[in-house]
Amino acid sequence: MTQTTPESTPAVADSDFAIDTRSAGGLGEALQNYVNRIRGGDMGALPATLGLVVLFIVFSLASDKFLIPLNLANLITQAGAICVLAMGLVPVLLMGDIDLSAGVAGSVSASITALAIVDHSQNWSLAVIAGVLSGAVMGLVIGVLVAKLGIPSFVVTLAFFLGLQGVILKLIGEGGSVRVADPVLRGITIDNMPVVAGWVAAVGVLVLYAALSLWRHRTKVARGLQHQPLSVVLLQIAGLGIIVLGTTAILNVDRSRNPNFPIEGVPWVLPLVGVLLVFWTFVLTRTRYGRHVYAVGGNREAARRAGINVDRIRVSVFVICSSMAAISGIIAASYAGKVSPSSGGQNTLLYAVGAAVIGGTSLFGGKGKARDAVIGGVVIATIANGLGLLNQASWINYVVTGGVLLLAASVDALSRRRRSAAGVG
Amino acid sequence: MSQTPTTTTPLLELRGINKSFGAVHVLHDVDFAVHPGQVTALIGDNGAGKSTLVKTIAGIYAADSGQRFFEGRPVDISSPKDAAALGIEVVYQDLALCDNLDIVENMFLGREEHKGILLDEATMESRAREVLASLSVRTVKSVRQSVASLSGGQRQTVAIAKSVLWNSKVVLLDEPTAALGVAQTRQVLDLVRRLADQGLGVVLISHNMNDVFEVADRITALYLGRVAADVATKDVNHSQVVELITAGRSGDLGIAPAAAPA
Repeated sequence: MTQTTPESTPAVADSDFAIDTRSAGGLGEALQNYVNRIRGGDMGALPATLGLVVLFIVFSLASDKFLIPLNLANLITQAGAICVLAMGLVPVLLMGDIDLSAGVAGSVSASITALAIVDHSQNWSLAVIAGVLSGAVMGLVIGVLVAKLGIPSFVVTLAFFLGLQGVILKLIGEGGSVRVADPVLRGITIDNMPVVAGWVAAVGVLVLYAALSLWRHRTKVARGLQHQPLSVVLLQIAGLGIIVLGTTAILNVDRSRNPNFPIEGVPWVLPLVGVLLVFWTFVLTRTRYGRHVYAVGGNREAARRAGINVDRIRVSVFVICSSMAAISGIIAASYAGKVSPSSGGQNTLLYAVGAAVIGGTSLFGGKGKARDAVIGGVVIATIANGLGLLNQASWINYVVTGGVLLLAASVDALSRRRRSAAGVG
Repeated sequence: MSQTPTTTTPLLELRGINKSFGAVHVLHDVDFAVHPGQVTALIGDNGAGKSTLVKTIAGIYAADSGQRFFEGRPVDISSPKDAAALGIEVVYQDLALCDNLDIVENMFLGREEHKGILLDEATMESRAREVLASLSVRTVKSVRQSVASLSGGQRQTVAIAKSVLWNSKVVLLDEPTAALGVAQTRQVLDLVRRLADQGLGVVLISHNMNDVFEVADRITALYLGRVAADVATKDVNHSQVVELITAGRSGDLGIAPAAAPA
């Protein structure tokens, strides 16, 4: 193009690239960008977060037993298994696939873990490894059938959903159940961190997050890369601070009904979910593997032409899903104290899919985060918990949860339509 | 065949390429050369063998016979990887971009810079910006914009920029302006010219005579799998080229009447 060259010649990258906005100006402009994104249909975790606020208000008005530390601690342990299963489903949903067998696969793994302890008196760690490995193998088989043989994931995993229920029956016997009495495994959901350890961990996480985000912000500014204004970074740190410290403060209050037996501290399941969340966020956003997962989910042909081994990525997400399902199944078994033939069946999987979708993961593939699964998992657990407190018949629970899943899927479909109209991915 | 002598050694030269699919003989003794700093237009009617020739150059199809030279050396291109290793990049008509990723992520897709297991976003963003700046791309608001939010011309720009990111020497563009409006076609043609001005050998496959006459230095016309003419753009006019495409000959240019199939 033959325009007059700018006054002097700055760095080559600047000379012809003046319009590139490297920083979103100030806080106001960042807010404006955010509003524009939402208008364009890119809502992220906003509906789930708003929904959570509404649920909290409704349930605390409806029941005086909802907003007390004892119930909030319950809520967190109930949410644990859902969040972990939903996190495992996110990579599968990113492909535009689905794994209907994840809940049942988790129970098969949990029964293998429980049987390894009860019948073969193995150490809990070996038993957990056996459980997670069996999950990985199930995922591998599903993935190969989907990616190499080309059977739709819906059909393969529906077959596994039915077949694996038979496997559980065979493993633990009709009508029976296996107790999970191992103090470590049982402790995941019934034991708490010491109060001091809880505070140290909370502050440690916060300091680490603040240091990392400020360091990344400085590097980006120094190298002239696109970055958010400092005020937004500080707000994010403050937001996380309120959530982490607030939750810790509530959970570190003595919530026992009996003054002689104090119950206080963060349930162990919370740091477990936290570690998994950080790990999967890291894998999906900071590694080549994660980038390739999004690429295959976004445009399979483009990924293939870019030299990505599409089949291997598609198999790997099912391995991740079933392995995470195994961890989720073990958490659920820890909460129930046993594995029974009905574990992982019924609405377990639907809760998890609902959690991921409510959190903002698209059923059409290509869009979603590990964080979405956790936010959505808390929403689902809140509904179950609140309705339980209100002593509602269980049919209402089913209807409401089904309705919420449908609502989330509608929001997903509508925002996708809006995105394509606005031309925003 | 009328040959205009060129002073430079061709970057890429194909001699006597033949390719058949079963009984169908698609390419007959095709000679084709790409010179550095020049835009070579590859034209021809539907079924003339343009796509087959491009895929043969890119290593997707293996030629049945014929020789290939890269910078004067004989080379063997038997897979897309071989072509990429020599510095031959193809920008296909359907652009092969991921809508859910941003410009930087798309440009480095499959060849991400990394430090250990960590993606090196800083290096990728800087290099993407440098390449776009060196191509004088002014229309993109931000390199961190999602590709879904780009116009057709901008998407084409990103796809082309992606192909020059890897120190490529020959870039083949398959109908880059086919789906674009007037202003966007302008942008892309400017970009094609700038690629050649940077010393790359550019092959432009096009149906659009205006585009061809505007940016091409040489024109290679295919007619039913044979090279009808390989001429400098300045030596021919519009109607001659149309005749070459539709009839394989125009005046004393093109395939001799005896050789031309009826």
